[in-house]
Parts: sequence; C-alpha cells; structure tokens
Amino acid sequence: MQPRDTYNDRVVRQFTIATIVWGVVGMAVGLLLAAQLAWPSLNFGVPWLSYGRLRPLHTNAVIFAFGGSGLFATAYYVVQRTCHVRLFAEKLAAFTFWGWQLAIVLAVVTLPLGLTQGKEYAELIWPIDILIAAVWVAYAIVFFGTIATRRVKHIYVANWFYGGFILAVAVLHIVNSIAIPVSLTESYPVYAGAVDAMVQWWYGHNAVGFFLTAGFLGIMYYYVPKQAQRPIYSYRLSVVHFWALISIYMWAGPHHLHYTALPDWAQSLGMVFSLILLAPSWGGMINGIMTLSGAWHKLRTDPILKFMIVSLSFYGMATFEGPMMSIKTVNALSHYTDWTIGHVHAGALGWVAFITIGAIYSMLPRLYGVERMHSIKAIDAHFWIATIGIVLYIAAMWIAGVMQGLMWRATNPDGTLTYTFIESVRQTYPYYVTRFVGGLLFLAGMGLMAWNAWKTIAQSRGVPVVRIPAPAHA
Amino acid sequence: MNTSWSGYVIALTVANLVGLVWLLFATARAPRDGRAATDTMGHVWDGDIEELNHPLPRWWLWMFVLTIVFGIGYLVFYPGLGNVAGRLGWTSPGEVERTLADTNARLETLYAGFRDRPLEDLAADPAATKVGRNVFANHCAACHGSDARGADGYPNLVDDDWLYGGEPQTVLASILHGRNGMMPPMAATLPGNGVDEVANHVLALSGQPHDKRLAAAGKPKFETICAACHGVAGKGNPALGAPNLTDEVWLHGRGDLAMIRAAITQGRRGTMPAWEGMLGVDRSRLAAAWLLSQGAAMPDADAPSVEAGAP
Repeated sequence: MQPRDTYNDRVVRQFTIATIVWGVVGMAVGLLLAAQLAWPSLNFGVPWLSYGRLRPLHTNAVIFAFGGSGLFATAYYVVQRTCHVRLFAEKLAAFTFWGWQLAIVLAVVTLPLGLTQGKEYAELIWPIDILIAAVWVAYAIVFFGTIATRRVKHIYVANWFYGGFILAVAVLHIVNSIAIPVSLTESYPVYAGAVDAMVQWWYGHNAVGFFLTAGFLGIMYYYVPKQAQRPIYSYRLSVVHFWALISIYMWAGPHHLHYTALPDWAQSLGMVFSLILLAPSWGGMINGIMTLSGAWHKLRTDPILKFMIVSLSFYGMATFEGPMMSIKTVNALSHYTDWTIGHVHAGALGWVAFITIGAIYSMLPRLYGVERMHSIKAIDAHFWIATIGIVLYIAAMWIAGVMQGLMWRATNPDGTLTYTFIESVRQTYPYYVTRFVGGLLFLAGMGLMAWNAWKTIAQSRGVPVVRIPAPAHA
Repeated sequence: MNTSWSGYVIALTVANLVGLVWLLFATARAPRDGRAATDTMGHVWDGDIEELNHPLPRWWLWMFVLTIVFGIGYLVFYPGLGNVAGRLGWTSPGEVERTLADTNARLETLYAGFRDRPLEDLAADPAATKVGRNVFANHCAACHGSDARGADGYPNLVDDDWLYGGEPQTVLASILHGRNGMMPPMAATLPGNGVDEVANHVLALSGQPHDKRLAAAGKPKFETICAACHGVAGKGNPALGAPNLTDEVWLHGRGDLAMIRAAITQGRRGTMPAWEGMLGVDRSRLAAAWLLSQGAAMPDADAPSVEAGAP
C-alpha cells in the first residue's frame, strides 16, 4: 500500500488533541475571569493575573486555540475524505500544526505580560501576526491543494464553507493587522479614528461570521450526516445559504459601532444587512436539523447526536438574537451590557463548542482505531452538565444585561440618572456568581471529555492506516 | 464622502441585494432534472454521505424576502445608500439636538424655580437638595464618593475642613471653575537631610511622634521655604488651597512620614475639573446646595468658622 493511497491522519490527531487541551486551558482562564468579576480579590494584585490582561488570553485561547485547532483538525479530516485523496503538501500541513501551536504559546506569554495591539480579538503583537499570516497561507495551500487534486468531480458542501472561511480569515487578518512596527513588541495601526474602528469591527464581526460560523458549518455539514447516517436535507438550500451568508456577513460589522462617530450611512447598512442575515443563518440550521429527520430515534441512544442537535438549536437561537440586537433601538439597550456577553456565549459555548465536541467524539475513535469512545455514559454526562452550564450562563447574562441596560438609561424627573454605575454593578453580583457556576459546569464537562479521550487513546493498539476508498459516483 | 465613493457604496449595496433576490428565486424554482425531493443528487462522498434536494421551505423563503423588503424600505427612509439622505431627512446629530432641546425645555420649568434663590435658602429646601443630590451622584460621586466623604487624593466634602474655604459662594466657585492644587517638588531646595528634617517638623506640627533633633533642624527651613504657602505656623492658606498641616485631616494617605516625604520630594498635583460647561450654573448651584445641606459645611453651624483647610 503506497502512502498516497492512505489518508494523512497524523496532523488530524495532533490538532484534535490540541483542541481538547486548549479547550480546557481557555475555559479554565474564562472561569477565573468569571470568578474575578464576582470576587475581585482574585486578581491577587498581580498584574499578569489581572482581568484586563487575562481577558484577551481567554478569548484568544477559546477562539483561536480551541476553535482554531478544531477547525484545522476537522478541515484536514473532512477535505481528505470528501475529496478521496491524501492531504496536499504534507510538510506544510505539519508546519501549520507547529506554527499554530507556537503562535498560541507566544500568545500565552505575551498577553499576560501586557503586550497587546489593543484591538479586540486581534490583540497579538505584530511578530505573532506575521507568524499567523504565514501559517494561514500554508493552511490555504494545503486545503485548496487537496481540493485541486481531488478524485471526485463535485466539491462537497462542507468544503465550500471551510474554503470560504480560510480565504476570508486570511483577508481579514492581514488587512486588520497592517501596522507600522516601532519596536519588537510595539506598532501603530495604519488606520486612524473612525476608519480604524470600522476596519477593526469589519474584522471583528467577520471573525464571528467566518471563523466561528462558516468554519463550524463546515464541521456540521460533514459530521451531522455522518453521525446520523442520513443524507443532507437540501442541496439547494445549502447553495442559497452559503452564498447569502458569505456575501451578507461582510456588511454586518458596523452594528458594533451604533451611536458612535461612525457615519450614519454605515450604521444603517450594518443594521440592514444584519437583519437580512437572519434567513441565511437559519438556512444552515434548517439543513442540519432536517438532516436528522428520520433519525430522531437515534437521539435516545447517541449522545454525540444530542451535542449536534443542541448545537444547531443554539446556532439558530444566537443567529436570531444577533440580528435583533443589531436593530439600533434594541442595541441602545443591549450595547455595553452583559447581554452581549450572554449572546456571545450562546454562540461560543452552545454552537461552536458543542459542534466541535460532537465532531471530536465522533472522529476520535476512528483516528485511533478504536470502535467507540471509552465511555458513552461519560459523553451523555458531559452533554447534560454542559447544557445546564450554558443555560445558567446565558440566562444569568440575559437578566443581568437587560437589568444593566434599564438601570443605565433610567432618569429622574430632573434629568439626572436614577442609578450610579456602582449600583448596577452591585445588582449584577448574583448573576456574576450564577455565571461562574455555569462556567464551572461547562469546564467540568470539558474535563470529563479530556479523561474520556485519554482512556480512549489508551485503548488504541497503534494508529490505523486508513486506505482511501474508491470514489463512488461523486 | 465624495460622489464616486458614494456611488461605489450604492453600487455594492444594490448589487448584493439584487444578487440575493436573483439567487433566491433561481433556486426556489423546481429543478428541471426531474428528480423528486426524496431522490439524492447522485453524489456519494466518503462511502455514505449523500444529498437530497428538498425545495426551500416556504416560510423561510418569505421570511428572507421580508427582511430584504424591510431593508430596502429602511434605506429609502433613512441614510444608508452613500450620500442619499433618506426621505425622512433623519440624522443622528439631528436626533441628539432635537432630544436635547425637548429635554431642556421640559427641565427649564423645574430649574427656573430654583434660579434666583440664595444657596443657603436652597440648602434648606428638600425639593432643591433632592435634585442637588442626584446631580452630585451623577457627576461628582465618581471621585468624591456617593456619600461625598472623598477618597485618597479626593477631599472629603462633608467634614468642616475646606481647602479653599467653605462659604457657599466659594464652594460654588470650586464647582463652576474647578481648582488646580499644586505643591511643587521641593527636593532640590532641601539638600542633604533637608527633606527628612522638614518632614519631621510637619509631623511635629500635627502632633505626631517625630525625631526631635531632625524636627528642630527642619523648623527654620519650613518657616523660610514652606511658609510662603502653608504659613509660618503651618495652618495653610485657603486663598491658595494650601492645606492646614496641623490637624488630623490628610488629603493623601494617612499623613505618616513616608507620605509627607513623598509630598515634599515629588510635590502634589490635584485637579478638580471646571463643571460650568458640563453642568451649567443651575445644576452646579443645586449640587453646592446639597453639599451645604450636609451639615458641617455651613459657615454659621456650630463648627468654627472656615478653617484654613487641610491637606
């Protein structure tokens, strides 16, 4: 058997383990932050343990380390299996693994040291930005090279989403990170004022749209039909919602800058296109959920499918909430409150983490030549613990956010504000504690997953070499 | 935005919306290949992944159309398409001005009733002090605390100790025009042991334990250098905002040797912003009235008349 007749799963295994490890790390940092908001003494007076420095570490770790590693792992797994060909440029693929891990480790070092560009979700300093750009170009070469050398005629829908995500993120990262270095750790952005803000949120919202949505829809389109053993519901629907999603997301950034110095026309376009984004987003949810029709009974016995169906439900919920929050009058209430944090975590925990977790549970035994995960009961327990955790988290943040919004805007008959800021902080305290409990549950679930993965890998008697099947009518 | 950028924005927006509508209706039509929705597309990936081709759900299709129609409507009425103003002529600065004008007109009747009354009178009127307290909570509490008891570097406003004097008009002047407290760094003028000596003298002034020998050496230095502002006896000078160093009230820290040494060596700067532009005279007067109503500050209260101020 020639190596080119088999899949390269080595890099997939590496990224899969990295996903679990960074998931635990990133969420543990998040839990510490949640605790600091409820009990500020947990900043310990140590600068590099302070909230302001750890918060970007948390977001970078969960989005780019956990989510990113998950996307690399699944994209490499899926593109080989749906193109019926071994990965293109394997050395570059290995470089993407080590390069990405190096970028993460550099982030773990620099962010607590307070080295930052100060742009949300793009905090990393310019040398790390260059490393990320290099890794990303390598990723694109490996992915599109594999597509180009495919042995089937049609490109499967999961690959459209992975491809769209890889291309868009390359453009977003490079354009938003352009800066003039003044030292090894410092640089100035080339944009200024409202333009800088607009570029930042064009990047920021599309990090959500392409990194956290399109990429994970790629995961959904492979692992849901695979796990449910059902065909995709509608090819047509996937065509419409793919093109609509990627064209409309690009406009949505200005809704992060409502009621700011951004010109009115840009704010209006941001809101209008965010509303139009509702249907394309739901197109993905419908296609995923309806793929399960005829396989609903499997939900009783397969907790992996439960993760997937609940993740699609959260996806639908968060993509309804998002357009609603982009309406200027709603945004006037929700902006700068914890409602935003709740919304983000409905997406990040409910959608992104759940679909990733489902995909890993589905893929991990296959990667290690084991029949199934070590403990199915532990998967089921993980599902329930994590679901309760998310519900506690987002319900607490919804209540806190709406309350903060109402308190901040309440005025007395004499025109003064009814509440001082500190009063709203004090009222938020119980919700911060509830959120901490929710986060604790979610992290506990990840711990259970790490244990389950460890035991599963321990059962492996050597990694399997998977022979590429002959393509059938594709 | 110049005309060509405006045209670019309009063209991109319209092209995307038209493209969407075309895409929707092109795919909503039944495919001509004669396949039923329950047939697969005939492709198989990875052994078992296939696709059906159900029609777009109607409710979803019409929801999509509805959001596009709303979007077009919004762009007709509100600014969005480049430089096109929108039929309502709405602008966000316009809305701010209108709302502000409405609110100010409504509040004018309330504030007019307080306008020509003396501060002492307002301080005794619960209707006035209630508003004053709200103004204070909104604008002053961030530094001085919601109970006006101050914090490290921010003076307590409800004791009977005033840096610049506690007469009603003086308190109002502090609010309207702000204050710039400035103690210059003195290390250069106090060579050798000078800083330690003067610091011990200041400890002696406020009756704290001190090194007698150093304090004695510091006394003449204080009386020639520091006395210019703080007075020979160290009682301060409200005209300059120079604090009284002989009492137990300290603006920075607890008045221990380290704090006093730091003040002498590095100097101090304190800024109270001028609020007239932000609050206007009416609200500033009510905030002053509330402060005065908080007791000890009234000049004819049982406290001794305005003290020379404290650090």
